[in-house]
Amino acid sequence: MDQGLDRDQGLIPAAGVPAPAAPAVSPPHGKEPTLNTTATAGRAPRRRLAAFLHRHAGVRLSLLLSAPMLWLGVAYLGALAALFVTAFWSTDTFTGDLVKEFTWANFQDLFTGEVYRTIALRSVGVAAAVTLIDLVIAFPMAFAMAKLASPRAQRWLVIAVLTPLWASYLVKAYAWRIMLSSDGVLGWGYGLTATVLTLSYLWLPYMILPIYAGLERLPGSLLEAAGDLGARGWRTFRTVVWPLTFPAAVAGSVFTFSLSLGDYIAVKIVGGKSQLIGNVVYDNIGAANNLPFAAAVATVPVMIMLVYLTAVRRTGALENL
Amino acid sequence: MNLSRPARVALWTALAAGLGVVYVPLLIVLLNSFNADRTFGWPPTGFTVRWWEAAWNSAGVREALWTSVQAGVGATAIALVLGTMVAFAIQRYAFFGRNTVSLLIVLPIALPGIVTGIALNNAFRTVLEPFGVGLGLFTVIVGHATFCVVTVYNNMLARLGRLGASVEEASADLGADTFTTFRLVTFPMVRSALLAGGLLSFALSFDEIIVTTFTAGAGVRTLPLWIFENLFRPNQAPVVNVVAAALIILSVVPIYLAQRLSGGGAGTR
Repeated sequence: MDQGLDRDQGLIPAAGVPAPAAPAVSPPHGKEPTLNTTATAGRAPRRRLAAFLHRHAGVRLSLLLSAPMLWLGVAYLGALAALFVTAFWSTDTFTGDLVKEFTWANFQDLFTGEVYRTIALRSVGVAAAVTLIDLVIAFPMAFAMAKLASPRAQRWLVIAVLTPLWASYLVKAYAWRIMLSSDGVLGWGYGLTATVLTLSYLWLPYMILPIYAGLERLPGSLLEAAGDLGARGWRTFRTVVWPLTFPAAVAGSVFTFSLSLGDYIAVKIVGGKSQLIGNVVYDNIGAANNLPFAAAVATVPVMIMLVYLTAVRRTGALENL
Repeated sequence: MNLSRPARVALWTALAAGLGVVYVPLLIVLLNSFNADRTFGWPPTGFTVRWWEAAWNSAGVREALWTSVQAGVGATAIALVLGTMVAFAIQRYAFFGRNTVSLLIVLPIALPGIVTGIALNNAFRTVLEPFGVGLGLFTVIVGHATFCVVTVYNNMLARLGRLGASVEEASADLGADTFTTFRLVTFPMVRSALLAGGLLSFALSFDEIIVTTFTAGAGVRTLPLWIFENLFRPNQAPVVNVVAAALIILSVVPIYLAQRLSGGGAGTR
């Protein structure tokens, strides 16, 4: 009966679970009634609850999912939805109060305004440039770490890459402010180039780590086989290494792209006068006190990211995050 | 693998150069914190530990540090509970909407921080403020927990995947109930993954600025907020330098511990 219940609700073991010791009929479910019903009768409630949970996988699952889904599914998604609704409201120009009436005005301003189109395109351009730069820098680094270094050196290299990842975001942006300031080490000055450079630096570890993990999973024997079949380095890369690590690279790109798309702080620190979408959102919340318009602008990166995430979902990249 | 010699050399060079670029700016910040000059100029004119003393005695810095620690601990505690629950659900059950749930967990870090920031800000102000709960430490913790869940979740998911369910089934066969199995079998096996996930969550929260900007009220200042506020004030530059340098040194700690705890496995995330 227990198993019947499980099967009715489609609660088969998760696909990802390696099941060497789990035959078609899962032993605990089969044994449960004979072993425990007599033993639990009249025992402490805790014991009865445990038996109940054990027998009802659906209840177990619901309990496990309840709190996280309330938090993320209701509170977080609810907040996002509310933001989206706000994007269709407006503010009273005199009092600054919210006017809760439906209007397309924000989106009209957004799409007809030359400035916003330029800024949106610039932001996507910056995000794409950062992603590409990070990919080009990260791949050889990750490859050397995963395939050339000895296991001992590998551990140290991972630490060497991870440590700056956990150094503060602001400290890293600040470091580039020092590097780039006109009397600084490099002295190149601030601007869009400085922003791209700083953002690439900030998110580089987010690209190295997934690619490294992907390369580590790639069996060395495959590379040797490719070599035995006559493939040289470049051909091996193109036909074996790249297709198999592509999902990992895409996973890295989700971070570099999204983080660059929403950034406004690095822009403030090293960007000089140039602005990205994030700055427009920020300024409309702070100085301009126009939450509806800020919300409308914020939907742009969300839409871009949702399209991006949907597009990369098939590559299996999201399991690599 | 049979790479040509030039290819090997090129790859090693790329790695060395990459690591060089990663570390040089951080070293400059470290060096700069000992710069005797009040304004920044390269190269430094002299050596002093004066600014370190000033930073140590700065009330603003201390207060911000304490706020950051509280926020980090709070967010990590919530993330540990929620992240573990979802990881068990996703790893041990196949159910309708499983992929959607796993996507939902990733969403807070996959969407730009500013979006999460204003969404939460808007929600807190419309939902909580009528009840008299203003923006403050509590809302910062809630905001941070939202994106910290994924770190714990990732660590737990990886660990659970490696363990499989057979040991738990064996425990059940031997008559242990659900709770006893969790206490004596499952928990000890996932403890280090929990610690690693918790440490990384804490570090993530400690460093976060964008979501913090939108969820902290007027009186609440975490360390990143303090740095950002003082970044453009010329007379605070030496202290900012020191705080930045201290953070670089401190960042070694969580990564070292997480590395130890993950039992030598390379990918800590």
